[in-house]
Amino acid sequence: MKTSYELDKEKILEIIGKKASFLPKKIVEELISKIIAKRLSLEEAEKVIELAAQQYISSLIEPGEAIGTVTAQSIGEPGTQMTLRTFHYAGVRELNVTLGLPRFIELVDAKKTPSTPIMYIYLKDEYKNDREKALEVARKIELTTVDNVTLEVSTDPYTNSIMIRLDPEFLEDKGVSVEQVANVLKKYGDVRISDEDPYMVIISTNESDVFRLEKLKNKILKTRIKGIKGIKRAIVRRTGDEYVIVTDGSNLRSVLKLREIDPYRTYTNNIKEIEEVLGIEAARAALIREMANVLKEQGLDVDIRHLILVADMMTYTGTVRQIGRHGVTGEKESVLARAAFEITARHLLDAAARGEEDLLRGVAENVIVGQHMWIGTGRVKLFMKLSRKNEGVSNVSS
Amino acid sequence: MSDYMIEKIKFGILSPDEIRKMSVVQIISKDLFDDDGVPLKNSIMDPRLGVIEPGQRCEICGNTMRECPGHFGRLELARPVIHVGFVRHIHEILRATCRNCGRFKVPSSYIERYGDPEKAVEEIYRIYTKMKKRWPLLAKRLANTLKKEAMKVSQCPFCGAKQYKIRLEKPTSFFEESEEGNLKLTPIDIRQRLERVPDKDLEIMGYDPKEARPEWMIITVLPIPPLTIRPSIILETGARAEDDLTHKLADIVRANEKLKEALETGAPNIIVEDAWELLQYHITTYFDSETPGVPVAKQRYGRPLKGLVQRLKGKEGRFRGNLSGKRVDFSSRTVISPDPYLSINEVGVPVDVAKILTVPERVTPWNVERLREYVINGPFKWPGANYVITPDGRRLDLRFVKDRKALAQELGPGWIVERHLDNGDIVLFNRQPSLHRMSIMGHIVRVLPGRAFRLHLAVCPPYNADFDGDEMNLHVPQNEEARTEARVLMLVQKQILSPRYGGPIIGGIQDYISGAYVLSSKTTLLTKEEVIDLLSAAGYIGPIPEPAVLSPKRYWTGKQIISMFLPEDFNYRGAAKVSSGKLACNDYECFWDSYIVVKKGKLLLGVLDKKAIGSQEPESLYHFLVREYGDEVGREFIDKVFRIFIKVLEKRGFTMTLEDISLPNEAKAEIKRLLNESFEKVHELINRYRSGELEPEPGRTLEETLEIKIMEDVLRNAREMSGEIAVKYMDLFNNVFIMARTGARGSTLNITQMAATLGQQSIRGARISRGFRDRYTAHFKPGDLGAKARGFVENSFVEGLTPTEMFFHAAGGREGLVDTAVRTSQSGYMQRRLINALQDLYVEYDLSVRSIEGSMVQIIYGEDGIDPMKGIHEKSVDIDRLIERVAGHRL
Repeated sequence: MKTSYELDKEKILEIIGKKASFLPKKIVEELISKIIAKRLSLEEAEKVIELAAQQYISSLIEPGEAIGTVTAQSIGEPGTQMTLRTFHYAGVRELNVTLGLPRFIELVDAKKTPSTPIMYIYLKDEYKNDREKALEVARKIELTTVDNVTLEVSTDPYTNSIMIRLDPEFLEDKGVSVEQVANVLKKYGDVRISDEDPYMVIISTNESDVFRLEKLKNKILKTRIKGIKGIKRAIVRRTGDEYVIVTDGSNLRSVLKLREIDPYRTYTNNIKEIEEVLGIEAARAALIREMANVLKEQGLDVDIRHLILVADMMTYTGTVRQIGRHGVTGEKESVLARAAFEITARHLLDAAARGEEDLLRGVAENVIVGQHMWIGTGRVKLFMKLSRKNEGVSNVSS
Repeated sequence: MSDYMIEKIKFGILSPDEIRKMSVVQIISKDLFDDDGVPLKNSIMDPRLGVIEPGQRCEICGNTMRECPGHFGRLELARPVIHVGFVRHIHEILRATCRNCGRFKVPSSYIERYGDPEKAVEEIYRIYTKMKKRWPLLAKRLANTLKKEAMKVSQCPFCGAKQYKIRLEKPTSFFEESEEGNLKLTPIDIRQRLERVPDKDLEIMGYDPKEARPEWMIITVLPIPPLTIRPSIILETGARAEDDLTHKLADIVRANEKLKEALETGAPNIIVEDAWELLQYHITTYFDSETPGVPVAKQRYGRPLKGLVQRLKGKEGRFRGNLSGKRVDFSSRTVISPDPYLSINEVGVPVDVAKILTVPERVTPWNVERLREYVINGPFKWPGANYVITPDGRRLDLRFVKDRKALAQELGPGWIVERHLDNGDIVLFNRQPSLHRMSIMGHIVRVLPGRAFRLHLAVCPPYNADFDGDEMNLHVPQNEEARTEARVLMLVQKQILSPRYGGPIIGGIQDYISGAYVLSSKTTLLTKEEVIDLLSAAGYIGPIPEPAVLSPKRYWTGKQIISMFLPEDFNYRGAAKVSSGKLACNDYECFWDSYIVVKKGKLLLGVLDKKAIGSQEPESLYHFLVREYGDEVGREFIDKVFRIFIKVLEKRGFTMTLEDISLPNEAKAEIKRLLNESFEKVHELINRYRSGELEPEPGRTLEETLEIKIMEDVLRNAREMSGEIAVKYMDLFNNVFIMARTGARGSTLNITQMAATLGQQSIRGARISRGFRDRYTAHFKPGDLGAKARGFVENSFVEGLTPTEMFFHAAGGREGLVDTAVRTSQSGYMQRRLINALQDLYVEYDLSVRSIEGSMVQIIYGEDGIDPMKGIHEKSVDIDRLIERVAGHRL
């Protein structure tokens, strides 16, 4: 026999409003759905809500907490457990991705380009379910140079010409025609296709110097036929129920211009590029995501809040700053803090020349001069008021 | 907190005047000692520079060696010399100012904006000084850009003089490149130019003319540091060895003397130049002996001399070695050893240590008697005292007090007794590397016989300690504030939950887990005697519950015993670690008893293992126990129940035999068959590769494709499958397997390697191939790509390895060792950088995160203000858990 359930959404919301109005929306929603799903009684529901409120309040961080140090330790300590030299497959056998400690160091270093740049290009609905269409996009993206489709090259110093024999197999694989190749080479001189061999392209130049000709040959081989600069390879992979293009190399700005791709989900692991193209907030999000990825892959359990703080520290000035000498620490106000970190002598001498002052506010400075630091319990400036009788005694400075 | 605090430190350059004013000696003599070895007056060893012999009094300040800080002298240089450290600044100022009138060369864009150069300087100065107060970093940047722009100006906007390029030849020579050719600028010329630059112009370039006039960067008077910072040491032979700085200073004085002579005698210019250069060289290396472009100054035997910069620089330098990290008193270090009968809050301290470490205790009417006892016991009998401090501040060493009884009678309020470390004192305990805050925790002293520090096993994970020879440090806080903080914030039980992931870092390990499993197993039935034994191990006093089995005999279950120590309103449910593979269960109807159900403080179903009580297991039974009932309950659980777990193992016996990891013959045969099949497959792949039938994967070479296929598809499978076979034939309840299943120690991989096969050994993720040309050792044919030739170890540890297998295994093992060695340095540096970058961040009362300089980094910490340590594995409120708590007993 099913009795009608005494609680509904409104009723629960009412209780929450009375007892726990400060709870975040997400928790409120979860409370409602779970209370109803488990069919708790009114009494139980009240108790649960009360406890939730209580736990939420008691889980708040305590003011004064030296959270920076806690964060640094929480990230640094598992660093000793990370593996070195992990070249791991990015789900695709063809591509390697740097993970583990080297990748993590790369992230906090705010390197311009990662050692293995990779993009995950998601496609619009019309393309994502069709392997052929996805492949076509991939081919379009992949940087194809003359070199990629060439079987052999030779130079003829008598006629000042360069002869390129194209490889029909590669041509087909990359979806390039001989005419296309000939087209891009036009800027180097007269181009014609050999009469005997339909795959032989001959470029007649007016370069008479042999060395220059050789140089030109190398330049020609590097000429782009199609594709996006920086994308060395594009591979189509099935993820879930759609096809995704994974690339070796990254060029977010150009890829985003493509019609076929889904710009909302397309992703690169190059933080600097994200900063330039999408802005600092995106860079911050990407930093958090990348750091979390490395830790997760290594099976290390670190609270996301630590990663958020590191990412915020790196980005809150509006540009991505490195954790280290040329970034966060290097830009500290305190001379002593900088001197105690790295390049001691230079910092001291510069400070002398500029007549700088150190206000001894940070942790490192106060350790150096042997004073209490202004953090944690050291932040509290409450002193007991001495009784009136003792008022003659000089007060302890605060 | 002391009465005085340093508010700020101002940096600047000493002016010649200041140097003269603070100097007590002018250095004239180039010899250090007279013929009798007595230091000469007016030499760099002049006794007025500081007292060096104990007992002597300083001629200048009248203090003894302990108090006298030493005094500076001075050396008047015959010709000025450039200070190496400021070369960059000198160069920049020279280029940014006019060679004729010394004014700042205002870039044209500013002149256009403000009318004339004079006005531009005024205006920039106004903006700059304002900016400096509010945004010092921005002001610094502005000054730098201005300076950079000014350096490009080729005609002075003030006097119209043409400007020439000034080239710096490292380390200290300047040349002006004009149409007439290169002209060397002597320090005298440079000083004259720098003198001409007006104060205001300097300030907009980011300099402070009050504290650091640029001409002071050229040294005319050299301050001679006190003897105190360059003490000489007397060798056993009686010979004196002078400090590097003294040697260097002697060189400088000599060079200066030579230059002076040359000038006075009117020697030819080249000789003067040479002498001047030499003086410059010596002064340069006195400051920094590693200046690039200059030969390293060496001591007679080839050891490089230490300049002033070398004293400050690097890990062992003044800053990192003495200022950021200091040596401390009241500390000790010795080997550690386990003691399961301690509380997790305690540390066992050897008597010998307790007799040396002291705690200052003020005498009050309430403790005089006890302290008198300590004084009478003296320094050699524990518990005694080592020192007594009288109300007038004298410090009496009890080793030398003849009548301690009389002294004891004198004690009264106002006295302080430095008594021995005693039971109940709080100390800080530490194991390096101190990677997180749980590496230094507060422990309560238990003085014990022996020579090792003893600690509870459950605190090994936070320290990352084991007992294979580890040593640990112990520090005794010396004042009330420090002791209180240690007790309230640092005590072990306050650190059970880790701020890293919001779960317990202290919890069951190894035998505790095995014991918990054995005790909570369905099959464990205990007689009354056993129950009494177990409960007394936990120190339980009280009634024994009703037995679960009444007939044929009265038996108690292990779960009953555990339930006695759970809070009465505690509900919990969750899968156990053993719930995996064919023993998996997802709700409480579980044949294998691998789903834990606790209702109203009674452990009804399920076995306790790593998932329930283990350390570093968030969202476990133990985690919720600590979070919901507090650290005191959490501590008590470990101190009491964990002792029962150990007792269970003591009574039952828990060990490992060869039989546990030996396989029956049919299993061995099956594994053999499987491996042979795999080898066959490898062979097939190689044949296809050789005949060219193998298709390379896109983006890979043929060789890479072959290797990937062999490694990934064949050999990895081979080991996994032989592991499965081994496990299939193994007794589920043999001790080794229990340990692996419960998470107490080891994994199925370890069992596989012991019982079935070691599998493929690898270096850098690839099969082992280096060694001889085309083969690993001479035991194989060149070019053999087969499994065994490239590091597949067929045998198990039980069977024993063949010689070649042993070398493959060693090669793989070595990589692991090298990896750890390299990794520690890399991650250590990363951690240092993180700490340095983040250490000044704190949470403000509004829960925002701010840097101590005043900027706000996060508006609310972690986007929700939740402390990771207090949350549950990233969640602030776990609603499923709350429902479980409230209604778990009926659901």
